[in-house]
Amino acid sequence: MLPLAAPALPLDEAGKYVAGAYVVFLVLIVIYVAIMAAKVQRIERELRELAGFAETRSNGGQAAAEREEVSAR
Amino acid sequence: MYGKGLRPLSIATVAALAASLSLVFFYAPLDADQGFVQKIFYLHVPLAIVALLGFVAGGVFAILHLRSGDSRWDAYSYVSIHMSVIFGVAVLITGSIWAKASWGHWWVWDEPTLVSFLIVFLMYATYYPFRYAIEDHERQARYASVFAVTAGAFVPLNFMAVRMAESLVHPRTFATAEGGLPGEMMLTFLVSLAAIGLLWTTLVKLELTAKSASGQLKRLRRALDAPGTGGASRVAPEVS
Repeated sequence: MLPLAAPALPLDEAGKYVAGAYVVFLVLIVIYVAIMAAKVQRIERELRELAGFAETRSNGGQAAAEREEVSAR
Repeated sequence: MYGKGLRPLSIATVAALAASLSLVFFYAPLDADQGFVQKIFYLHVPLAIVALLGFVAGGVFAILHLRSGDSRWDAYSYVSIHMSVIFGVAVLITGSIWAKASWGHWWVWDEPTLVSFLIVFLMYATYYPFRYAIEDHERQARYASVFAVTAGAFVPLNFMAVRMAESLVHPRTFATAEGGLPGEMMLTFLVSLAAIGLLWTTLVKLELTAKSASGQLKRLRRALDAPGTGGASRVAPEVS
């Protein structure tokens, strides 16, 4: 059976526990934000790749149309 | 769409967290019983309340998904549960630290409050493999919603059962028979609760924004018929 009202810990010892609890919380949030930041970076990179792909395809399509036009003449 | 209002919400969250920490360490009086260790209360209890409310919110969003068939509600439900599981990890760790400081033990198995929260947490931990096991997206969303509704209904029932049980050591925060919290402590607690609630909302919104961007990118890739980095995620719902 645990004591219902244990005596309060001295400040130097209690401080370690309080700091520990708040640091754990902070670390969890930082880890989560870091994961989200990595995710956003991946989305940005994929978006750049996709923009590049769309530009290449658009330029390639234009070049092909010009070639067809020249050969038709 | 989901990113709208994220910046003011983030600023409000940071301000609320700063106000909460200031009140906890410079305004709230030391507890006569526990002394400085009681400061963990202002973090641990709001985290627990917000996590449990988040689980219930996940259930409410799941009901909306089942009623409308709109995948947006499934995404809301998924992200709410996901965030509450993360907050649940924080609740268990901060609770253990507080227990060690106050009772001399990291965990007490015959304490209904602790064990019931662990049961709720473990139940929601099974949400991911359950969702992941189903390949078909529509079926996955539907089954996950049924899970979220059932588990969401269990949370308040579990809470009431624990309140009715006789606690051995865990304090009852708002027990009126024992006097409740004094004014300064109550104000600090309410500000902390608001700050943690805002943090939960901000992180949910942030994750929904990222999921929405990712979903739209996949749609764009499909529309352009571009080579991709893989198909849609099997676990996370797609948001458009």
